[in-house]
This record gives sequence, C-alpha cells and structure tokens, in this order.
Amino acid sequence: MTWITAGKLEDIEQEGAIRFDHGGRTYAIYRGPDDSVYCTAGLCTHEAIHLADGLVIDFEVECPKHSGAFDYRTGEALRLPACENLKTYPAEVVDGEVRVALG
Amino acid sequence: MDGIVIIGAGESGTRAAFALREAGYRRPVTLVGAEPHLPYERPPLSKPVGGMVQMTPICAREALEAAGISYLEGCSVSKLDAVAATVSLSDGRVLGYEKLLLATGARPRRLACPGAERALDFRTHADAEAIFANVAPGRRVAIIGAGLIGMELAAVLRGKDVAVSVIETAPKVLGRAVPARFADKLHARHAAEGVRFHLDRTVAAIGEDGVVLSDGSILPADLVVSAIGVVPEMTLAEASGLATANGILTDACLRTSAPNIFAAGDCAAVAQPGGGHIRHESWRNARMQAETAARNMAGAAETFASVPWFWSDQYDLGLQIAGRPQPAHQTVLRTTAEGELEFYLDDGRLVAVAGLGFGNSLAKHIKLAEMLIAASIRPEPAALADPGVNLKTLLKSARAA
Repeated sequence: MTWITAGKLEDIEQEGAIRFDHGGRTYAIYRGPDDSVYCTAGLCTHEAIHLADGLVIDFEVECPKHSGAFDYRTGEALRLPACENLKTYPAEVVDGEVRVALG
Repeated sequence: MDGIVIIGAGESGTRAAFALREAGYRRPVTLVGAEPHLPYERPPLSKPVGGMVQMTPICAREALEAAGISYLEGCSVSKLDAVAATVSLSDGRVLGYEKLLLATGARPRRLACPGAERALDFRTHADAEAIFANVAPGRRVAIIGAGLIGMELAAVLRGKDVAVSVIETAPKVLGRAVPARFADKLHARHAAEGVRFHLDRTVAAIGEDGVVLSDGSILPADLVVSAIGVVPEMTLAEASGLATANGILTDACLRTSAPNIFAAGDCAAVAQPGGGHIRHESWRNARMQAETAARNMAGAAETFASVPWFWSDQYDLGLQIAGRPQPAHQTVLRTTAEGELEFYLDDGRLVAVAGLGFGNSLAKHIKLAEMLIAASIRPEPAALADPGVNLKTLLKSARAA
C-alpha cells in the first residue's frame, strides 16, 4: 500500500470535507466530528457532483445537488437518489498530515 | 379495479412508482409516459456534453421490472373518467384503477404573436435536440424570456460561442423567483459574457429572419427559443371535473377533489396551512411530493411539508434558493470567500435563504439554512451576517434548546 500525503488535518474543518485530486482522479477527504479521517471517491455515484461541496453532519455527507447521502466511513449509499455505494480508501493522520492510500 | 395508475413518467411520476413499492404497496403499479424513452432527468438537458444532448435515465429498465412497475412508454392518456375510475390510452386500451396519481407536469406557455410557431420550446429531450442540433459558433439565437430556463440556456449557448439575445417583457431579468440582489448579479455576468438584453420589450412577431419587437426594431436570429414559463398540464383533470385553478388543487395530503385521485409535482397546487394553494416547479419538489403522495396512496395520511428549494447553474456560478424570499422580508447578507448568502427574516424568524457563488460551494450553507428554516428558529442577524459563525453551530444550539 502506497501512502500519499493529501494535506494537513488543520486544513479540513471538523465535520467537513476537502477535495483532493491525484493521478487524474478526484477524491473527497473527510474529518469526522471525532477528528478521524476518511477518504472516498470524490464524485457522487448518482450524477458526478463533487461531494467535497456537500454538507457533512456526523459521519454522513450529502450531495450538494440532489441530496443523496453516504456514510463516508464505509461509502454506503444512505439516501436516494444515490443507490450505488462510494468507493472508499484508507486514510490516516501522521504528525498532523493526512495520508491516503489510493492504490 | 386494478392497482394504481400513474399518469406522467417524469421525475415525479417515476419516483412515486418506486416509492409505492418502498411503502409496501403490493398490487399492480402502472406508469404511463407520453415520451418514447425510459423516464429521464430534465436538468441535464441544458448541459450537452461534446455537443450531444444527454439522455440520463432516472432508472434502468431492469429496475422498473425488478420493482414490478409496468411502464407504458410513448403512451398518452386521452381521457380520464373519474366516476368509472378508468383512463383511456392513446392506443385504445382502457385501464381501471383503484387509485390514480396525476403527475402530468407542466408544458411550455406558448407565445401568441404572429409567427409564434417558429419559436422552439425548451422542455423535453426532443426540444433540446432540436435546439442544440441548430447551434454552432457564430449563429444567432434569440431567447424570449429572461427566467431561469432562458438564462440557463443563454449561458450554455455563450459557452458555445453562439451570439445570444434575450428579450424580456419585464424591466428586469429573473423577476419572478430570484431576489433582486442575485438577479442583478446574474444579469451583469450575462452582459459581461456578451449576452445582449432587450428588456421591457414585447415580441410583436417572429419572422423568417428574426424577431420583431414591440418598438418596431428587428432582431436578426437564426433560431428563436421561447422560454416564457410553463403552465400546469391539467387538461385531463379539467375534463374529468376535478377542481383546478393554477394547477390541480389538492389538500395538504396531495389528494385532489376526487378522493381516490392524487396529484404531485409541477401540476399540483397544494393547500397551505395559512390558506390558498401553492404550486412549485422544481426537481426536488417533484420528488418530495411524489414520495408523500405514494405513501398516502399506500394508506398513510401525511401532510406535505417541505421547504421549497431549487438551484440554477449559469456559467461557473451556482444559485440556490430555499424557502420563498419576499421583498417585505428583512434581509441579512453574509459574504464569504465563495460568494454571497442572503438570509430572509419574517418578524425575526428565518424563512428563506438564497446564495450565489462559484459552483456548488455555497450548497452546504444553503442546506444548513434550510434546516434552520425547518426548525423555525429566530437567529441573531449578527450571527447570520458573520462568516466566522458556522451555521452548523446555530443548528446544534437550536436543537439543544
């Protein structure tokens, strides 16, 4: 597993998300209410809208256009019109840096 | 009497069909759609990809089959007999129903001037194909109507280097649904992008070479698009004797004047707690009303309550509005790095919010504001104005209170 540094934890709002682009793909990185971090594919599985613009509450992110929702820890689609789960990737914090494994 | 028949396979009718199954309804469900396609989403129609108009199905054919929904494609309803509880289809068949949902949507309002038939509408996939097949860099398109649809189309066409003129009867653009602050900003952006506006002008005629305005001037155009709003599609409802006004009238449970007939989406004018009926034309309203109507047809008795919400994308700007901003409301402005949010207070209570910013960047704030509106809170105007105050904090303190 190759870990890539995606940014600093302090740059992600608590209960928030940022966009991270790497290798021609786009991802969303989340900081949970307990400061845990997670990484998913960036685009909603319903209509390719970036989830980093979505509202994060607890461990749920809501698509900013159509209100589909996912559990960003597992990628599980929680609410229509999203019905396909999001791909997730390992993420961790080391010395204040967020690292993700996208392989 | 055979199960539930849904007339109209747009966002509302299709959602209702699935929502009936989710609500545990087990008897036959028949979805009747006039267009010759699987049910499709309309928002992508104005965003062609590589010159091709997108066809984004709402659901796969297999999903309809798996849910046991009979989808009658390219089939219109010629008659509704509310007494016999039957609908007559264009192919001659007659379907009986136990309950019926009218999700007939809306149709473009037609111009009444000479040559009106030369103007294209912009509502269906076929309309979109007719428009985008006829545009190319340097061609001239005249759009009649500076509402959301006209302005969205203008933005897309400018992106294709088409010369765009917009003609509007009112002195301002986007007058009906968008607060003045954001209407002015969008107007300025369109002007900067090269859209030519002819406000406070009516169309006298449409000729072979273009549009003749009320002041006698001629606007040369290779293509004319009419975007002067929509009217609720209630032909069947009227002919069958259901109560209608600006839409098919329903009670708060989305039931029409016939107890076994419901209405949802663009065609439905829903009774309000304070009196009167309100009809909304938006993607989310179509889905939310479909879900409520479906649960009620399956036996529930829920009243429809939802903060109205819609978005509009123009150039790289995203506009979102929740609630119904009115000129009489107290306004509070919040300026952030991404754009501007305006909050609307009625006697201290937050009732609406609008935002205009880059892409979807303001969406999460609008969503939080919508939750604050639903919670009926009375926020401090200073807190709303301060970009350093996270609206989530206001929501959490309101919930804790």
